[in-house]
Amino acid sequence: MSTTAQPRGTARALLTANAAIIYAFFYLPILVLVFFSFSNSRNVGRWGGFTLHWYGDFANNHPLQNALKISLKVALISTVISVILGTMAALALERAKFRSQRIFDALLYLPIIIPDVTMAVMLLIFFSQFFNALDVMFGIQMTKGIGTIVISHVAFNISFVSVVVRARLAGMDEGLEEAALDLYASRWKSFRYVTLPLIAPGVAGGGLLALTMSLDDVVITQFVSGPGSTTLPVYVFGLIRKGVTPLINSVSVVILAASILLVALSLIVQRASGGRDGGAVDSFVDVSQ
Amino acid sequence: MTASLTPPAPDVQPERPDDAHTSVATIAFERAAEKAASRRGFVMALPAYAYLIMFFIVPLVIVVVYSFATRNRFGGTDLSGWNLEAYRKLSNPIVRSILVRSVWLALITTVVCLVAAYPFAYFLATRKPAIRNILLVFVMIPFWSNFLVRTYAWRVLLGSGGPVSRLTDSLGMGETRLLFTPSAVLIGLVYGYLPFMILPLYAAIERIDMGLVEAARDLYASSWQSFRRVLLPLSMPGVIAGSILTFVPSLGAFVTPEILGGAKTTLLGSYIVTQFLTARNWPFGAALSTVLMVVMLGFTIIYFRKGGRTL
Repeated sequence: MSTTAQPRGTARALLTANAAIIYAFFYLPILVLVFFSFSNSRNVGRWGGFTLHWYGDFANNHPLQNALKISLKVALISTVISVILGTMAALALERAKFRSQRIFDALLYLPIIIPDVTMAVMLLIFFSQFFNALDVMFGIQMTKGIGTIVISHVAFNISFVSVVVRARLAGMDEGLEEAALDLYASRWKSFRYVTLPLIAPGVAGGGLLALTMSLDDVVITQFVSGPGSTTLPVYVFGLIRKGVTPLINSVSVVILAASILLVALSLIVQRASGGRDGGAVDSFVDVSQ
Repeated sequence: MTASLTPPAPDVQPERPDDAHTSVATIAFERAAEKAASRRGFVMALPAYAYLIMFFIVPLVIVVVYSFATRNRFGGTDLSGWNLEAYRKLSNPIVRSILVRSVWLALITTVVCLVAAYPFAYFLATRKPAIRNILLVFVMIPFWSNFLVRTYAWRVLLGSGGPVSRLTDSLGMGETRLLFTPSAVLIGLVYGYLPFMILPLYAAIERIDMGLVEAARDLYASSWQSFRRVLLPLSMPGVIAGSILTFVPSLGAFVTPEILGGAKTTLLGSYIVTQFLTARNWPFGAALSTVLMVVMLGFTIIYFRKGGRTL
């Protein structure tokens, strides 16, 4: 890229200032939250000396710990399922041709852009209808719980995994798989020993992204969870609605740290594989398109 | 083809001989191979395909069906008598004011995000690759980190006697009372969805050949003209994608108005949730969700028509 298209003088200064303001806007609120989570004051927005008291409260709070366990369980199960289905979907779209491919592509795109509330409503009505029908037809009683949460999370995570894996596949040389086949590798062997190792970073990155999405979701989970299956974000959301307390500050910081760690890990994993420069970042940019 | 003792040169493709005698058989063979490949592709797509039909398309259809159903006296839903009652309720003044307020707030959010994000995306796209990737990662982090917690941070910041209030007080502007006002919701929405505007804009601008902008400048276009006539039209797919990704979730926002808004700032998202969790009027809630879905689909079609992404 040439440098002459770069703005000079005032325009350049304004662009830099705008960027600085945007980064400050992104990170100052987070830093303020971290700061006050160590404050020894009942008022969430006041400094009252350093303390780790609120983090201790989090560690000893049974409902919160229980919600955390449910969140982790749901996230792990739903991630494993969506990684398998999402990777297969990505392979089908990038490496094969079939008749309803365009429809499938569009279908995969929908869960990413649909508003949370709409998807939550859809799944709530669906499960209530479905359980009703089971009861009437077979006398099977089922209720909402961890199972319904997992099903719902997989429904949106397949799409995210497939986008990340597709980005990886698109940047990969198809000739390598063909070479393996020419050398009498079976389809499975060419997949196992050529394709899979090459897309592994994309699969891992997609998986970490799915884990993050599952651990973050509030709206959909709230609609499809039953008594005794409250996840951490749903529980925290309930606490915030009742009123802010320093305990919420500390829980928030822990959640935030965990999600930042997962995103960073996902970027590093995709990067470490020596893909094209900025490939990892590109795959995330692709998700946003 | 004559048998040869020497191995074929690498550029010879034995499956595609030009020989007319074998071509019919070859075409038939290739067709069969293509069919097998197509079947393999479909089989591979099948699990995700079936899953999304079962847990996405079927629920979507059920919501639309529900929106034509009747709410019975016990808060249940009768699927017999079909009617448009739920849609008629949309013209009720209270409902209409909620719809107007939601659309208005979502529009302002989108415009604010666009104005802030465009120069920023341009700034990112014109950095050296090494610096650009680091800068991008710092946009990525808020993009993917917990939305609930990021919104909660503003509750702490804007609370009465909180940091923002004390800051404006010490600057002699008096204490601000932003929390539970529409302004607080606007701040929360911009904060939440700004990365959704930045990333598609960045992706679109980064792809533009900056030589074109340069050429316009060389041909004596002013900076405004080169922006208006060259950069902006070329980055339009990014502008549209970013606007949809900001507008649609803002319109259906639930968490942000719930945490930062007050009782007087009910928005579409919260109103839909109320229909299901407290008012127990499922057909009406389903009708509102259907409206939201139609808006989303409408925008998506516009986006694809404009050639935003190859589908």
